[in-house]
Amino acid sequence: MSRLQAGRRHSVRFTLNGKPCAGETEPRTLLTDFLRHQIGVTGTHVGCEHGVCGACTVDIDGRPARACLTLAVQIDGSVVRTVESLAPAADRLGILQAAFRRNHALQCGFCTAGILMSLDGFLRENPRPDEAAIRDLLTGHLCRCTGYTPIVRAALEAAAEMRGDLSREKSDA
Amino acid sequence: MKPAAFDYVRAEHLDEALDVLGREGGDARIIAGGQSLMPMLNMRLAKPRTLIDIMRLGELARIERKAGTVTIGAGVRQASLLAWPELGQSLRLAALALPWTGHVQTRTRGTVCGSIAHADPSAELPLVLRALGGEVHLRSARRRRRVAAKDFFSGMMATTRADEELIEAVSFPADQGRCAFREVARRHGDFAIVACAAVAIPDGVRLAVGGVADMPTARDFPRLEASALDDALNAFAYELDARDDVHATARYRRDLVRMIGRDLVREVLQ
Repeated sequence: MSRLQAGRRHSVRFTLNGKPCAGETEPRTLLTDFLRHQIGVTGTHVGCEHGVCGACTVDIDGRPARACLTLAVQIDGSVVRTVESLAPAADRLGILQAAFRRNHALQCGFCTAGILMSLDGFLRENPRPDEAAIRDLLTGHLCRCTGYTPIVRAALEAAAEMRGDLSREKSDA
Repeated sequence: MKPAAFDYVRAEHLDEALDVLGREGGDARIIAGGQSLMPMLNMRLAKPRTLIDIMRLGELARIERKAGTVTIGAGVRQASLLAWPELGQSLRLAALALPWTGHVQTRTRGTVCGSIAHADPSAELPLVLRALGGEVHLRSARRRRRVAAKDFFSGMMATTRADEELIEAVSFPADQGRCAFREVARRHGDFAIVACAAVAIPDGVRLAVGGVADMPTARDFPRLEASALDDALNAFAYELDARDDVHATARYRRDLVRMIGRDLVREVLQ
């Protein structure tokens, strides 16, 4: 048994986007704040802080989860992936991200990091999703700009491209 | 909206968790998946001095079917129950209700027992436990006891669990008959405005309702003629003492109880 005292900082070791990572934090610190303020990866956004809006969704041990409903000390030993893991290189977009861009699946972009992380895990496990399945997944996210339609379109297009069903002209879009 | 400070205890054995809980009682809270407790901490509606994390206790992460009973340990996440291959056969009502419990992104961490411990009156899992007549297995350093669902929930987010007790598991009678579930919410996965579960009983149907009274409430209905059933459902809807709130009026809630109730009773008796 270990007891991590309030008000003191404790070491947390985990795997972040494929690399070993460590930081120090108080027990009360949320994973969102730990990632943004201690580790310095700011792609994960902080929205409602009670699990409703989905902006903070990250992948913990292979499953999408709310970073705002997770304590940083709870992820000691876990494998965490954030939106920073999606781009293959600093100046390139991943398939899902590119589909979002082509389809105007974001406007202000506040909700986007969370939605991308939910969809990324979902499309790995469900390579042939129908629209209903994607809309069901999206009930866990709030987007006030798009009306969701372009997000659904982007997700279906990305799924097709990941399967190799979509031949698209090379473009800068 | 950040939690107040607390000590965080990572238990490696159940005895350790029980020991800390026994000594600190009401100042300590158990955290499992955290999907109900963390919002309470973030909004500072709960300010425990100590959090005891039980998710490293492998012994609690089991689903067992034995002699007509399904027992679900305190470490079983909602997503794990939903993925349990026997769910559809053994616990069909839970299979119907679980997709309405939060969202994919919260079921991955939230536990079955955690939702029942939280006892939100509009939550689905307490409703399923009440409808099926399940039991809550409580344990403290001194004793173990089982409490029937109808005696466990005692009010709005209130239960008869003592401060030094934790929920070790919940058990459900394995499904034997027909059942049905329906819910109305603003958004799929949000808290229910009204949720209803119906199960066949020897002489009729048990209808359980969540989201209206301050705890899930069940009533057994014998087989009735259409108009007598409508009268009985209307009486039940009024007895639930619905209140107006920001989500819906009391009248709308009664309407949903009458309409969904009638549909589910018919569905189960077909």
